[in-house]
Amino acid sequence: MNALLDRVGGVYALPVILAILAFAAIGSTSTWVTLTAAGLAMGMMIFLMASGLSLIFGLMDVLNFGHSAFVSFGAFIAASVLAALGAWLAADSVLLNIAALMAAIAAATAFGALAGWGFERVIVKPVYKDHLRQILITMGALIVAEQLLLAIWGGTPIAVARPAFLTGSIIIGDVAIEAYRIFALLLGLVVYVGMYLALNRTRIGLLIRAGVENREMVESLGFRIDRLFIGVFMAGSALAAMGGAMWAGYQSLITPALGQELMIIVFIVVIIGGLGSIQGSLLGAILVGLMTNYVAFLFPKLALASNMLLMMAVLLWRPYGLKPAVKG
Amino acid sequence: MTAASISATPTRRVPAGRLAVYAIVLAIGLCLAFAPFLFTDVRAAEVAARICIFIVLVASYDLLIGYTGIVSFAHTMFFGLGAYGAAIALKAWGPGWDAILLGGGAGVVAALVLAVLIGLLSLRVKAIFFAMVTLAAASVMLVLASQLSDITGGEDGFTYQAPRLFSPAFKLFEDADGKVLRLFDVALNGKVAAYYFVFLSSLVLFLLMLRIVASPMGTVLEAIRENEMRAEAIGYKVVAYRTAIFCIAAVIAATIGVVRAVWLKYTGPEVALSFHIMIDILLMVVIGGMGTIVGAVIGVVVMSLAQFYLKDLMEVAAEATAGIPLLPDLLNPDRWLLWLGVLFILLVYFFPAGIAGTLMNKGSAR
Repeated sequence: MNALLDRVGGVYALPVILAILAFAAIGSTSTWVTLTAAGLAMGMMIFLMASGLSLIFGLMDVLNFGHSAFVSFGAFIAASVLAALGAWLAADSVLLNIAALMAAIAAATAFGALAGWGFERVIVKPVYKDHLRQILITMGALIVAEQLLLAIWGGTPIAVARPAFLTGSIIIGDVAIEAYRIFALLLGLVVYVGMYLALNRTRIGLLIRAGVENREMVESLGFRIDRLFIGVFMAGSALAAMGGAMWAGYQSLITPALGQELMIIVFIVVIIGGLGSIQGSLLGAILVGLMTNYVAFLFPKLALASNMLLMMAVLLWRPYGLKPAVKG
Repeated sequence: MTAASISATPTRRVPAGRLAVYAIVLAIGLCLAFAPFLFTDVRAAEVAARICIFIVLVASYDLLIGYTGIVSFAHTMFFGLGAYGAAIALKAWGPGWDAILLGGGAGVVAALVLAVLIGLLSLRVKAIFFAMVTLAAASVMLVLASQLSDITGGEDGFTYQAPRLFSPAFKLFEDADGKVLRLFDVALNGKVAAYYFVFLSSLVLFLLMLRIVASPMGTVLEAIRENEMRAEAIGYKVVAYRTAIFCIAAVIAATIGVVRAVWLKYTGPEVALSFHIMIDILLMVVIGGMGTIVGAVIGVVVMSLAQFYLKDLMEVAAEATAGIPLLPDLLNPDRWLLWLGVLFILLVYFFPAGIAGTLMNKGSAR
């Protein structure tokens, strides 16, 4: 079975296989296309959140349980910025619309990077190499961050304004795809390509990949691994906040519980994909996104449990995930 | 080491710090043993029963985090399985011991099966991986409990009746006139019986755990925590030991879940499964002292008192700072978890051994 799978593209064929199976189960082409688009868009947003977590773990051997705090803060900051720029959003000009959306995403991302810097300095740095205390401390930080969120924005759900040009759907034949999903898909792809190029074509990327492979070696060759750590942590947190901002626009109604709900999905994605690799995160995110949407359509009650079952199955087959960069 | 390998040091003279810890724990134990006679109002009985139940829950979590170095976020899941098992049976078959035994038994068995599955599946990989898997499993269980509302009552949970022995109208002992007998001015009714059911079950489970950590198995677990490779090299099957202790902890958590369901006569996600309980357990085990078991007693009592008084204190502070922006929001009594979280982080930094661990290290020969 493994040989057969390798011939058709290895583990990367899994989403395609899943999509084909779902097509057989659903029957209707237009429904299938809509669901697949929704799944891909959701996968891309989750990829933004998961890739940072995975990369931070791969390089620094730190699993940040507080990662979802960046997601929630990103979502709420984006919502606030969009609310403040309401006039631009409602305007008829697409340029102003895009400017408002970009401002919101940029604000969230910038906050993520800054908060990530502070988080790394204050919370994570003192407990490198001590997994037990890492888990405890980042968990404590998550509690504090969630309470801060409640203190600042209150516990009631907040409506998120969507720019005019991204509302409504694009209709091709009898298939309707929400415009926002296409936007999410494109943005996710851009980020993925950007990350891929940064990791594989630049000097810093080379150092990061070397660091994932063997931290001590990079250090003993005289490179400042601590600077790499901060950089990657900031980038990862910024990506999480960006994912949160995108998610806020997608959901259009956000509550402070959002971070916790997403964290579970992000963890499942990282576990399925394998820790430390960008490709693995993308693969896991798309699998989970597709699975969630297909199952939500076919068996509405099983949506979340299906991801859990997917994770169990993957772990039974490959205990370190589908495409791990670090083992053990 | 941080979480302290205290209990294994053979010293002739018992150090003063350790004596102090045992004295405190004994005092708390005595207070709990005579709680119905010492604190007569209804609320105090609730608090005392909650403390008993959480002591067992936290101590069983300490078996994992403190003794073996496993971080699991699925502890409330097992607790909830026991509680829901007993509760569903009590609702379906009416109040009776058979319902508690069968339903609770089914819950405990379900917890055991799930623990074996999770353990064998993911205990062979890194601690961090395990933490993620258990977190995911626990949240799926939480979602299931609120979605399968036909069986579980959904978000609201459901109420039911406990056996007649535990109802306040039941006369435990009767005097000559057929009235309920009073001892030190306290009516010996079903409420007292229910409290002692909780207290004795907790006591038995707690002593069982003390026995487990004192056994050869406890020593092996500590060896695994301190140096996994070495334990494996000496010839102990690390995965088997880890899975075994994970299952034991799960069964104990599920059992005390059954007790909780019988005492509360209500079960819902908020009291049996929610993530808040998991956070409470984490805070309690760290405050009390990881790897001590008796630390659980101190942690639970301190946390319970803190929850009670911190809110009052914050209310005063919030009123005092009413004019300043944002500060009153941060000091709002609803935000008490914020300050507890800060306290938690500081504790993990500066006193990773917790109250019991730090005290026990004081005055020891090392």
